Amino acid sequence: MNPSVDALRAAFGGGGGTAIGRALESCGDTIVYVGREALLDVMAWLRDTPGQTYDYLVDVTAVEYRDRERPLEVVYGLRSLARRADLRVKVELDPQGDLTVDSVVPLWRGADWLEREAFDMFGITFRGHPDLRRILMWETYAEGYPLRKDFPLRGRFSRAEQVRQALAAHPEAHYSLEELSIADAYSELPGDMKERLRRGERGALPDSE
Amino acid sequence: MSKRTVELELATPGVDARGQPLRVPLGVAEPDLAAEHMLINIGPQHPATHGVLRLVVELDGETVVRVIPHLGYLHSGFEKLGEYRHYNQIIPLTDRTDYLSPMANNVGFALAAEKLMGIAITPRCTVLRVIACEMSRIISHMVWLGTTSIDLGAFTPFLWAFQERERIYNLQEMWTGARLTTSVTRVGGMMADVPDGFVEGLRHFTRTFPKTLSEIDRVLTRNAVWVGRTQGVGVLTAAEATNHSLSGPMLRASGVAYDVRKDKPYLDYETYDFDVVVGEHGDVYDRYLVRLEECSQSNRILQQALVRLPDGPVNVADPRVILPPKSRAMNDMEAMIYHFKQVMEGVKAPVGEAYVGIENPKGELGNYLVSDGTAKPVRWRIRPPSFINLSALSRMAEGHLLSDLIAINASVDIVMGEVDR
Repeated sequence: MNPSVDALRAAFGGGGGTAIGRALESCGDTIVYVGREALLDVMAWLRDTPGQTYDYLVDVTAVEYRDRERPLEVVYGLRSLARRADLRVKVELDPQGDLTVDSVVPLWRGADWLEREAFDMFGITFRGHPDLRRILMWETYAEGYPLRKDFPLRGRFSRAEQVRQALAAHPEAHYSLEELSIADAYSELPGDMKERLRRGERGALPDSE
Repeated sequence: MSKRTVELELATPGVDARGQPLRVPLGVAEPDLAAEHMLINIGPQHPATHGVLRLVVELDGETVVRVIPHLGYLHSGFEKLGEYRHYNQIIPLTDRTDYLSPMANNVGFALAAEKLMGIAITPRCTVLRVIACEMSRIISHMVWLGTTSIDLGAFTPFLWAFQERERIYNLQEMWTGARLTTSVTRVGGMMADVPDGFVEGLRHFTRTFPKTLSEIDRVLTRNAVWVGRTQGVGVLTAAEATNHSLSGPMLRASGVAYDVRKDKPYLDYETYDFDVVVGEHGDVYDRYLVRLEECSQSNRILQQALVRLPDGPVNVADPRVILPPKSRAMNDMEAMIYHFKQVMEGVKAPVGEAYVGIENPKGELGNYLVSDGTAKPVRWRIRPPSFINLSALSRMAEGHLLSDLIAINASVDIVMGEVDR
């Protein structure tokens, strides 16, 4: 078991709080569960405390189990480059409830795209992320979140519907609204494109369930 | 009314409403472009983006103000597919992620599955996997070197590099029957032992390859054009590189001596004599130097591996994970039952999870497997090194010229098959 777990319990365990949950070992890797509210504090502590110095974020991802009763887990792989030590931190979320955790981008810039991917694939909202957009699927993708267990392998829409949507997409749908607003690009758009944008016809943006 | 506005109104460039060529009246001033920012789109079908990467770039004159990358044109849902497949059936998917180093991907996945199942592989298999990894590193770096030199206007090193890559591809074909989709590993062993003549062929390669490296070194390293296009371009400090979670040559070029082979050894890498190549300035030039020198170090490892390659079986002697030979499966009842169970049910992994990171040519390739006790993983996560390396592109390119953006993008060494997965 990684000694950081005991150090975490000593630093956050006081007052009967739920900041640090259970810890276990799997195939030689230490996993520690952290409460959702305490995540950012715990991560900052792990990064900045001398003796911990987990200065490198290996990965951010999520796991949903086939067992519907089990919570969805957001998984953070941390590493201390100087001490050659790894720690896996997990946050449990209710897959039917509110899938929101704090973003760790303020601590590690490397989390930027990793969190966008977790949002794209699982629908997890990272509070405080500077630019939380879909990354692998396109921005107007409306079928849901592909790596969720209730998402069928072939997708929700039929092939005919997917083709219809692809052919019906307007050229401006390939640019984000932010990009269209860069400099004077918007004012130079043809009139019909401007009209479509004004009516909001870029395609339906997926609602954040 | 400027020519541009007229053209936009008529929607057909250069032609008026009656189909006659448009004549712009003299004396109408063109718009003052100096005051405006320009929005240009590079890719997804552009050779300099190394695949189907699309960059939307905001330019002030020729200076890059902002880069917004768009990914996903090659998204294949490998991670989702993996949840519906047995462990051995996932290995062909790993070929297609980083398709410039397929053998190393096979090894990375097999190591993760073996860690999950608690299988210890044989000594000969360990050395063969080291050979597979280092061969992959050489071909991947050769492709990087060739394409990057083409991007920056040098054609000759491209031909030399691809010739060397061809020789390794011939060896791969000899071993696996495939040049690209190798699928060389199995959980608990290898698809096949190396054939006759392979060891001699690889030994010949390791003897002659350094000559090509020194030729590339001579033609590029002190070349005024090359140095001018790469030095001081796309600089990342060590702190920034760590904070952006970069790995592999990108991290080491910035001066962070982190190599998974040395710091979290797998496949007995700690017993090989090789150096971790570390840069100093973190610019495109240092990334080139690091990759070039890594090729020599890989060559050293290959030579040592060939010397120590032990005899013995390639696969573990466990009939639950390795298929029995065909002759036994057809003639022996017990072997036939194991064969049937493996093919129909797959190899079951115990409940748990395992992460194994290996030093791929692009950086740290992680395979994270979560099992609920069945023959198919609950979650198969690839930690994609070039995806994470690419996320620092905007940070590196902003403030540089548009032509430098091409050099910086090339220096990341991306493979879109892995970025999009």
